[in-house]
Amino acid sequence: MIYTQSPLAIGLFIFFVLFVLGISFFLARRTTSASAYYAAGGNIHWFTNGIAFAGDYLSAASFLGICGMIATAGYDGWMYAIGYLAGWMVALFLVAEPMKRLGKYTFTDALDSKFNSKGIQLMAALSTLVVSVFYLIPQMVGAGVLVQPLLGLPHWVGVCIVGVVVTIIVASAGMASTTYVQFFKGALLLIMSTIVVICLLGRGLTSNPDQGGSKAYHDFKTLQATVSVEGALMVPDYDVVAGLDSEFGQAGFVKLSKDGQETIWHLEKKADGTMQLSETLYTVHMADGTKLYNGAPKEDGQFFPVGHLKEIRMDGQEVAQTGAVGPFGYLSAFQNSTIVLWGKKYVDINGELTTIYYQKPTPGSRVLRPGLKFKVDNATGTQKFNFISLMIALFCGTAALPHILIRYYTVPSQAAARKSTIVAIAAIGFFYVLTLFLGLGAMTNGVINLTDNNMSAPLLALSFGVVLFAIISSLAFATVLGTVSGLIVASSGAVAHDLMDKFFGMNMTETAKVRAGKIAAVVIGLVAIYLGIVFEGMNVSFLVGWAFAVAASANLPAILMILFWKKTTAKGVAASIFTGLTTALGLILVSPDMYVRYGLLPSDAPIAFNSPAAISIPASFIALVVVSLLTQKQPAGQEATEAAEA
Amino acid sequence: MAHGPAVKLGKDNAAGYKTKLGIWMFLLYTAVYFGFVVINAIKPSLMETVIMGQTLAVVYGFGLLGFALVLAIIYNNLCNAAERRLNS
Repeated sequence: MIYTQSPLAIGLFIFFVLFVLGISFFLARRTTSASAYYAAGGNIHWFTNGIAFAGDYLSAASFLGICGMIATAGYDGWMYAIGYLAGWMVALFLVAEPMKRLGKYTFTDALDSKFNSKGIQLMAALSTLVVSVFYLIPQMVGAGVLVQPLLGLPHWVGVCIVGVVVTIIVASAGMASTTYVQFFKGALLLIMSTIVVICLLGRGLTSNPDQGGSKAYHDFKTLQATVSVEGALMVPDYDVVAGLDSEFGQAGFVKLSKDGQETIWHLEKKADGTMQLSETLYTVHMADGTKLYNGAPKEDGQFFPVGHLKEIRMDGQEVAQTGAVGPFGYLSAFQNSTIVLWGKKYVDINGELTTIYYQKPTPGSRVLRPGLKFKVDNATGTQKFNFISLMIALFCGTAALPHILIRYYTVPSQAAARKSTIVAIAAIGFFYVLTLFLGLGAMTNGVINLTDNNMSAPLLALSFGVVLFAIISSLAFATVLGTVSGLIVASSGAVAHDLMDKFFGMNMTETAKVRAGKIAAVVIGLVAIYLGIVFEGMNVSFLVGWAFAVAASANLPAILMILFWKKTTAKGVAASIFTGLTTALGLILVSPDMYVRYGLLPSDAPIAFNSPAAISIPASFIALVVVSLLTQKQPAGQEATEAAEA
Repeated sequence: MAHGPAVKLGKDNAAGYKTKLGIWMFLLYTAVYFGFVVINAIKPSLMETVIMGQTLAVVYGFGLLGFALVLAIIYNNLCNAAERRLNS
């Protein structure tokens, strides 16, 4: 796909980045103590903190990933949203208050507050680092994806911009500026997304998604074909390049040519013996590395955006368009209509890989229920296990994310911690309702780029004008900036506070500690830039799912058992974090999806599922219980008494 | 370096009550959430049933988002009341 850059978009983007930097430097003047750097002095207002929670949480994965996934796979993309939000209930009901009561600056403090154990300090700091880095990769990749249509720059430039800007923010000001950046960005993201959804409902559903008359939609053709006595395919006006016997034919496609232009068509046998051919889009990856889009180089713009309805039914009548509708009217009209989704097939001929995207008319009611992405209908036990495991990871992951947990230390009291969680739940829940409409809107408004669905939400905004697009894209970019700064504060805290100060026992002064944190932030920023470039092209939501699984396995059992089981020992906690971390990582490294990354066949992977949580979380719990029971030195002694007091 | 919270908190007599309340509300929400997951895993076609003009999947999904907020507000109100009652 080819994008044109608008000076307005570029201007707004630069304004946003400078604005964010300005806030950082302004607030940096106040950062003199470790408490100010890591916890904003514990005096952020609960409402600001709540919206900042939402800002932290509505990362590139939520905003770009979920909308993109809904746009191509319907309800299954929204399952992520439901899981992410449900995770906040674990945070509110079980973790928020005790974390506030026990901790000082970092998640490790809270785990270690009862034991003062070297093992816990090391393990918790390591898990914070691993989870933060896992979570950083998709954010950096998202930044790279964003700058391409926005500024016309290559992927690596976007990654570097984010890396440098964030490192400056964090190294200069720490948690206070991070919080305000997240607050502004979270609030603006909610407002602007609401405006896009209102515009979308005003437009309604239409069978001709011409973007409000501004851009004509591609006219998809269908051809009738017959088969000769010799079995050859005959299409009027076209020459057959690859027919029924070719490798394309075996995959259900044919390649035709007209006026020197080659096209690929999807074959469908009719009851009367004739064949119907429908137009597809395709990319060819040649053996020498060049890539063609619909038979031409990318710059020719032949690979057009898609997304349309085949038939719209409203109140039992077939209509050409619904006109303006309410949110529920939109969903029920959608559910009664037929939507054209896009299937994907690969044909590999001597190292020349053709990816074909073909039309798949699907009833709206099928789109508005799970099953298009996750195989749940007539699924094997492993497929069901994989689905349930993912839903467990999403549910348990939130309350174990270090960059979310540290936000509990920025408010002054437990009541404020609670209230900011509620603000976060309200803001995030509302945003996830919006994502459903944004995703379905992208699906039916002719804006989806089939080779990369991550940009669906910003491109939907573009169909309402370049101003909305510029603001939404800049916000999405600011989203990445904010989330990355939160993650870097969390991981620099792990290095400077947990590892250097406590584990290695370097007795540092307040100033030295802040300086160590800033140096750590710069180093982690560089690592993040490197990983963001290496992992270009990886699916954003897919990686976040893994970050949640690792976080939930390593941290959640330890957090919960310290709070609720009096026999928990320091060795038990360390063993639990170690087991959760290694099991989750190990299972990910041998999963079928990872085998694809290694360039191997997914069927050769030793396990058949991708989501490790359903195994690694119980393993982590078991390790904690077994090791704790084996290391009960003083059954009625100090540890138990302390636990009871908390 | 000493352990302890970033800000000084007074003794909280309501902690026990709040912990119990949190566990019960957590179990309630977890049951509703896993009801949703189990229906999807065992009988996904049920999610296509139309209730009040929408598919069950949409109704249940919106329900889970709304229920989260309602439970959160109830929890906060009960905790505030307990803190006033026990800490005064």
